[in-house]
Amino acid sequence: MTSLALTRESIARVRPGPAVAAVLIALFLLLFLVVPVVQVIFVAFQDKTTGSFTLINFADFFRNDLFMRSFWNSFYVSAMSVVVASALALPLAYLTTRFEFRGAVLIQSLGIIPLIMPPFIGAVAMQLLFGRNGTVNLLLRDHFGISIPFMEGLNGVIFVQSIHYFPFILINLSASLKNIDRAMEESAQNLGCHGFRLFRRIVFPLAMPGYVAGASLVFIKVFDDLGTPLLLNVNDMLAPQAYLRISSIGIADPMGYVISVVLIVCSLLALWVSALAMKGKDYATVQRGGGGLARRRMKPLELVAAYAVVLLILVLVLAPHIGLTLLSFATIWSFSPFPDAFTMKHYGTVFLESGQYITNTLLYASLAALLDVVIGTAIAYLVLRTKLPGRQWLDYVAMAALAVPGVVLGIGYLRSFYDVPMPFTGQPLSGFWLILVFALAIRRLPYALRACTAALQQVSNSLEEAAENLGATKLRTISRVVVPLMSGGILAGFVTSFATAAVELSATIMLVHSQSDAPLAYGLYVYMQSAAGRGPGAALGVFAVVIVGLGTYLSHVIIERGRRERGQDH
Amino acid sequence: MNHQFSPTSLAAGMQSVGVRIDGVDLSYGSHRVLKDIHLDIKPGEFFAFLGPSGCGKTTLLRLIAGFNTAQRGAVTIGGRDISGLPAHKRDVGMVFQSYALWPHMTVRRNVAFGLEERRVPRAEIERRVDAALDLVGLKHLADRRPSQLSGGQQQRVALARTIVIKPKVLLLDEPLSNLDAKLRVQMRQELLSLQRKLGLTTIFVTHDQEEANTICDRIAVMEDGIVQQVGTPQELYDHPANLFVAGFLGTANVLEGQVRAVDGGTAFVMGGGVPIPLPHGVEPGAEGKLMFRPQNLFIRQDGGPPRAGHVRLMGVVRHREFLGASIRYAVDIGGQQVQVDAPHQAGDALLPTDTPITLDLAADKARFLRR
Repeated sequence: MTSLALTRESIARVRPGPAVAAVLIALFLLLFLVVPVVQVIFVAFQDKTTGSFTLINFADFFRNDLFMRSFWNSFYVSAMSVVVASALALPLAYLTTRFEFRGAVLIQSLGIIPLIMPPFIGAVAMQLLFGRNGTVNLLLRDHFGISIPFMEGLNGVIFVQSIHYFPFILINLSASLKNIDRAMEESAQNLGCHGFRLFRRIVFPLAMPGYVAGASLVFIKVFDDLGTPLLLNVNDMLAPQAYLRISSIGIADPMGYVISVVLIVCSLLALWVSALAMKGKDYATVQRGGGGLARRRMKPLELVAAYAVVLLILVLVLAPHIGLTLLSFATIWSFSPFPDAFTMKHYGTVFLESGQYITNTLLYASLAALLDVVIGTAIAYLVLRTKLPGRQWLDYVAMAALAVPGVVLGIGYLRSFYDVPMPFTGQPLSGFWLILVFALAIRRLPYALRACTAALQQVSNSLEEAAENLGATKLRTISRVVVPLMSGGILAGFVTSFATAAVELSATIMLVHSQSDAPLAYGLYVYMQSAAGRGPGAALGVFAVVIVGLGTYLSHVIIERGRRERGQDH
Repeated sequence: MNHQFSPTSLAAGMQSVGVRIDGVDLSYGSHRVLKDIHLDIKPGEFFAFLGPSGCGKTTLLRLIAGFNTAQRGAVTIGGRDISGLPAHKRDVGMVFQSYALWPHMTVRRNVAFGLEERRVPRAEIERRVDAALDLVGLKHLADRRPSQLSGGQQQRVALARTIVIKPKVLLLDEPLSNLDAKLRVQMRQELLSLQRKLGLTTIFVTHDQEEANTICDRIAVMEDGIVQQVGTPQELYDHPANLFVAGFLGTANVLEGQVRAVDGGTAFVMGGGVPIPLPHGVEPGAEGKLMFRPQNLFIRQDGGPPRAGHVRLMGVVRHREFLGASIRYAVDIGGQQVQVDAPHQAGDALLPTDTPITLDLAADKARFLRR
């Protein structure tokens, strides 16, 4: 009886506004995330001819040598990328947070730069620098008579991916290290622990949540990435196999769908393992009176060694950018350590031929990012501030996009919307550019949602109640008090979505219907296919990096200014 | 929760040592945090660094633990200069304000940590950890995580983790500040009984004078990086060396006036008031103030003459605070305000504000303080 009364009461308290918003969001997620993914899974279990339920497709997958090799290759490359990325991120994170280190902020910022470049463009530059006939190996061969197979086969993918994705570990690990109460470390010293043992027994275990979060992201990203292996011509990995199946055999071939299911399952497994690793461990390490690791001063010799390590890593990390810039100005760069001569003509070519790539990208990425922060803010609000039944599910479903590789989403969209004709033109709906925007928005939603949720959590409930108490309606309260206070987090969410959407290739490559609708990443991919296109491709890549870099920097400035104005000087 | 520390084998083999701090100076940039500190803490003593926040007491404690470096001076423990030793070689046990229990280890692993670092044999580690946990009454929680414990239990684990290594000296950094009021009173008695049982030289940092007074043998009152006075709680309360100490320990009435020569000695004279005789040694014209406690004043409503040694002051009640056992009146005497405690019995009427009032001061309890 009482439970019935309670339910009635809670239903009575639901206002129409939130419910309408929730229904709209649910519809969007259903149409552009759930239906395409379920379609993919459905087809994977469907008999090609009869349409009945079957496991034969999976049996085919596991009997096929190429697929099995691809599976193990994907797994090996992802795992090794985590190892190499950790080796790059650990010293940078530890040295800059634990010691008095000149330029720590600069190092941290430079360390994030790789993220704002599509990994596959980096791949081309890395070929020229580290490939069999690249700068480094040419020099090594001339002077020492040796060469190192940095870029041979899977090595190349591992090398490029770990350099591209290591910032995920760097950012998360640094944040974790900064959050450790210095008393945690001091109490260990007080009990007789020091040096590397101190790091191994106390500091690293306490920073584990950040490390695991970063490492699992790297694993998933590498596992799902399509562009880099495609460009390096490594096709015996899962994501390229899925793409090649669909693009060369057609959307009716079940193997692409089977591979998609395998990709999703592996992503989920990686997330599950990382959650398992953290389970039952309480790592809320910032306690009363806490405040980051104590910074130690290094001895002169240690300092020299530390700077050498940091410098080496930074050169390595920035190599793709350096290579790309050189390539964009190079006339011919082949079988020589450095380009033969320099020219501006590639930039001219890009301006004349490829302006649409840039404008399309700006349009798509900003629309997708806008959609993300609107939906993200709405979901965050619904979850944290309303009692709407089932509100948690919006959050779960939106976050589930994290486990859906771009290729899978692309295949799902093709399957779901190819047969739907557009009004008037009669073209398939899957080729409509707005579909591309939706795909990008869905792909980036998890990041924007987390940023918005974090921002809303920091806005005290009483601020809202105060506004309502003074006579503001719910909607006015949200627009005048809540959203302005969340603006920093919302903007951060917008920028991450924008920057990463601008260089996304996995989903786009499947959905682009015509050159005129194509975004930058697609244009780059097309250019990089041919030797003659490399120069203009590099120039376009430089544009991409500059656009994304500028966007990131501007938003950072805006966030900082807003923070200062509100007097939150930390 | 009402636990008493049980006898233990942990005390075996422990020998109390003293701590000497000799002319320590410590600055952060141009800011001098500690100024020429000299202290001599005796073996087995329960010693407090007491002072308001920012007085340098925690800095001094961290200096002993090896987390700060002094520009000048030395710290000696048991006759050995440890100034050059890094923190992990000092063998001084510190209990942190936040407890700093490692969340990724169980209670048992937390307590075992220091012994493991000392390469103590496994069997002995287990035995000593059990003994330490037994000592603080938490043996049954050994396999819990710190986050599953209450604040008071975490405090005990932090204590166990520190004393299990048999440190030469125990350092406690505001150990009770994160506990609620009732638990704080209980824990401080437990701390004291533990310290007595182990005979461990202990230094206790606090800003709470009641905490220091109730459990410490001696207190160093600090302010502005300087040790203002060292003494037993009673010495500090009864014979404060200066106005800061007088005001920091208990309530002090401070009067302004001049020291003048009168018949048979010197006296303290407020503007137009009655002379209050001063002890020998205060010369006429000396600069300073007169300090006495609220309980040194007596309210006289009978109209009789002042008792021998008492000086009569006339005033007007300005405010009053009902404290239960007593009533504290703020009384205006010739433009200066003093506080008077009057014992309270059920049924007693309170004096209304603006009532004229007659006060007698026990003059021999008043102290002339030059600064």
